[in-house]
Amino acid sequence: MAIESDVVVVGGGLAGATAALSAAREGAHVHLISANESTLRQASGLIDALGYPEPGPDVDGDGGASASGPLADPFAGIDDLPETHPYRVAGADALREGLALFDDAVGDLYRGGHTDRNALVATTSGRTKPTARYPRSMAPGVVSDERPMLLVGFEAATDFDAELAAERLSAAGVPFDVSGATIAFPGEYRADAAVTRLAHALERDEDAGNGRTTRQRLADRIRPHLGDAERVGIPAILGDAHVEEVRADLSERLDAAVFEVPTGPPSLPGIRLADRLFEALDEAGVSMTTGTPVVDFESTGGADGDRIDRVLIDRNGARIPYSAEQFVLATGGLVGKGLDSDRERATEAVFDCHVPQPDDRTDWSAEGAFADHAFARFGVDPDGTMRPLGRDGEPEYENLRAAGGVVGGADVAREKSASGVSLATGLVAGRTAAEEA
Amino acid sequence: MSDRTEVLVIGGGSTGCGVARDLATRGVDVTLVEQGNLTHGTTGRMHGLLHSGGRYAVSDQASARECIEENRVLRDIASHCVEMTGGLFVKRPEDTEEYFQEKLEGCRECGIPAEVLTAEEAREVEPFLAGDIDKAIRVPDGAIDPFRLCVANAADAEAHGARIETHSPVTDVLVEDGEVVGVEVTHESGAGKRVHGVEGGTEEIYADHVVNATGAWAGRIGDMAGVDVEVRPSKGVMTVMNVREVDTVINRCKPKGDADIVVPHETTCILGTTDEEVEDPEDYPEEAWEVDLMIEELSKLVPMLDGARTIRSYWGVRPLYEPPGTGTEDPTDITRDFFLLDHDERDDLPGMTSIVGGKFTTYRLMAEQISDHVCDLLGVDAACTTADEPLPGSEDFSVLRDYMDEFGLRSPIGRRSVQRLGSRADEVLKTGEPNPVVCQCEAVTRAELRDAIEGSGSDLNAVRLRTRASMGNCQGGFCAHRMANELHAGGDFDRPTVDAALDELWQERWKGQRHALWGEQLSQAMLNHLLHATTFNRDGAAPEDFSAFDAGGDATEAADGGVAADRTPDGGDAGGD
Repeated sequence: MAIESDVVVVGGGLAGATAALSAAREGAHVHLISANESTLRQASGLIDALGYPEPGPDVDGDGGASASGPLADPFAGIDDLPETHPYRVAGADALREGLALFDDAVGDLYRGGHTDRNALVATTSGRTKPTARYPRSMAPGVVSDERPMLLVGFEAATDFDAELAAERLSAAGVPFDVSGATIAFPGEYRADAAVTRLAHALERDEDAGNGRTTRQRLADRIRPHLGDAERVGIPAILGDAHVEEVRADLSERLDAAVFEVPTGPPSLPGIRLADRLFEALDEAGVSMTTGTPVVDFESTGGADGDRIDRVLIDRNGARIPYSAEQFVLATGGLVGKGLDSDRERATEAVFDCHVPQPDDRTDWSAEGAFADHAFARFGVDPDGTMRPLGRDGEPEYENLRAAGGVVGGADVAREKSASGVSLATGLVAGRTAAEEA
Repeated sequence: MSDRTEVLVIGGGSTGCGVARDLATRGVDVTLVEQGNLTHGTTGRMHGLLHSGGRYAVSDQASARECIEENRVLRDIASHCVEMTGGLFVKRPEDTEEYFQEKLEGCRECGIPAEVLTAEEAREVEPFLAGDIDKAIRVPDGAIDPFRLCVANAADAEAHGARIETHSPVTDVLVEDGEVVGVEVTHESGAGKRVHGVEGGTEEIYADHVVNATGAWAGRIGDMAGVDVEVRPSKGVMTVMNVREVDTVINRCKPKGDADIVVPHETTCILGTTDEEVEDPEDYPEEAWEVDLMIEELSKLVPMLDGARTIRSYWGVRPLYEPPGTGTEDPTDITRDFFLLDHDERDDLPGMTSIVGGKFTTYRLMAEQISDHVCDLLGVDAACTTADEPLPGSEDFSVLRDYMDEFGLRSPIGRRSVQRLGSRADEVLKTGEPNPVVCQCEAVTRAELRDAIEGSGSDLNAVRLRTRASMGNCQGGFCAHRMANELHAGGDFDRPTVDAALDELWQERWKGQRHALWGEQLSQAMLNHLLHATTFNRDGAAPEDFSAFDAGGDATEAADGGVAADRTPDGGDAGGD
């Protein structure tokens, strides 16, 4: 017999979690199915809403949006987006409500909710990035804070060159003095030790030789470089779950505010966020099945179009059905494999919903590496309640909604809007699904 | 600015580097100028096949004989650039028995070891060969790394006193009193190793003799000197797979045709190719149908290629040439032999020789014949030693030492580093510093990158060619920025130089990936886009007014790791707020 719920959400990333929380908040019984580990674990942990305005024509010919500076107020940029952008489709309040739901779910783990304005956070490559919410562990690093800064990198870590990042920040005109230093991480590790290994050593404050602990020796090695710095940025490896304890200890030892600099994968802030969202889902009474991809579905025709009856997951070769009144598709985009493609066309992977795209594969990308690529906007084309529309402009299924990366119409990387699009579309998809369930 | 040399070689491909090495080791004073990186032209854009000669065994037996001879020489003098994979000429049911027999006899006539394998025997060698093939001929084809080979030739030339200038296009050929006396070059950065952002300038280099070894570009140099060199550039596509579907060179056993070879190369396989005449060696269409043709045709030999992941495609231009009046219609019928054009004899213009046509596998032999010619003109009496003297990196060396332990590297990183570096492994890897892996896909460590940076300045594309960093599955997504960090920390280059070098590498990587954007590689491209635009924000501008943004003004932040001047630092209130 099929397992029944009001709403089944397919996908366990930020959009899926948001949709599930949003539906549960409306009183629906929600079941969330996730194929594999959340792609959040690869993300920096920053929650971008809208960082740059829709780029105008490429006047300088470099294919980039470099002419426009970042938006101080992400909400101010929404009206200028094209009508097909998910923010326009989901409605003006969706982003604001999505951010509120996020704040509620993550609690003290994040900062930035006190203002509508974007913060600027220094990235590992020393660029300033506009973002709406940032982990508390990154708060002292915001770029509009004018306190002098020291960035610290580790000799054997190849992703972060602290001196180069400091030079780039200075060149960008940040309103504070910033310098960089490279030190050896205390203790004996292989040159290619995993960042998670170093995070464990800091979290457990392991013995690092000479009767001193990892944090003690780390502070000792940073101290000679401090100068006038009042805050110290370290790549985001300051412990697993107890980052605040690690940070407080190091801050006290250095007499400076220690903060994390967001990194590429594997990203501890991303892992912490994924873990926190699963706790929130649990608290909200959402039931979950993880590690099982949806491999098929069953539908029936109805008066107002086709309805999805159930989806089937694959567990060790057995196909297990999940029934619901409403379904939310939050399987991600090209990276999360919610979208698939071959030499002929790009497709939506589970329900084969219509994905608008240029006919000729050559037109999927543009010449400049950071130019306006059609593929970056690939995804389903939703109506105002996030139902994917077919080629004919009618909903593909009357009880299917989409959220997050699988929704097209935005180049979230160039706009710096990935998380915001997940929150806004997840909120609307979850809420309208619950209302109809 | 001006300089004087005995012989000026134009072109840093296999021919030019080979000539520079040959002349320098004979004691001639040589300067080599190249418009881009070494291998910038055709050499860096071929499929990396070390011919056994089998491909020419029916149509051009003279070339076939040269190939097998040079194949043996290169295995000896360039062992660190060569992987002897072996090769198969595979007959499908629709390919004629007559041609199969001609191929077999041709190989035997040319001294190419050739052995007939049944379909079952061929599949024992290559399990993924199609189930319906008839049989195959096994020959000693191999794979060769053209970058490593050119760099080794150039390094040996430099060790014998040659001057090598990359990123220095020739802007004029100097003709005085009806004789070529040198060239004018424009250095894109200062002389010597390339450094982005350094002011270049022009330089006149006077020479007793000029060798035009510019391949498909030979006509342009000819124009500057006022002579006609009618090269017929012909483009061909190469499609790079993300793994080695085969470990043996796989040729289709039929007279000629597009898409008839798969070459295993390092971690990849390269599918080739097409043959279409183009007007301009730098400006020709790169079309999706060419890539589709590679996959569709070659999956008839190796079915798993259909649907497999490709990571990029690139095109090269063959410098085909035939003497005026030959009038061959189809470029595939133009001879692959090379021509030495003595412009004194041919055009009454002494002082310059052009080399056109030819093929990579016989580059050394071509270089020897050109050098003999130049030495005759200059009255230099010294014998060629390039067939016997190993290139730097290929000196007597045991790759069987336990490098993993010795250099603290994990397998297979140690093994792969040593395969690339050959006899230079000790000098490069023994730094006494932490040596993390920078490029995971290709197993390239910091020490190897820093050695390459020492050799090629701030040019990350040159560093890439020397090390293979950024040439694997992720196409630099996870290591391009790390390579830039090494330029800064190890090469001591400043921020604007590092940023320019990174942008250039990133754009070069993007160009080839555009031809592989579907399936997993499109997912990879999106991941790279998200990592570099979202996580790093490499594309977005900084604001003019920082004060318009959230300064972390939340009341709780003051107590949150913040250290206000008038407070006792509490280091961040671990109890929460």
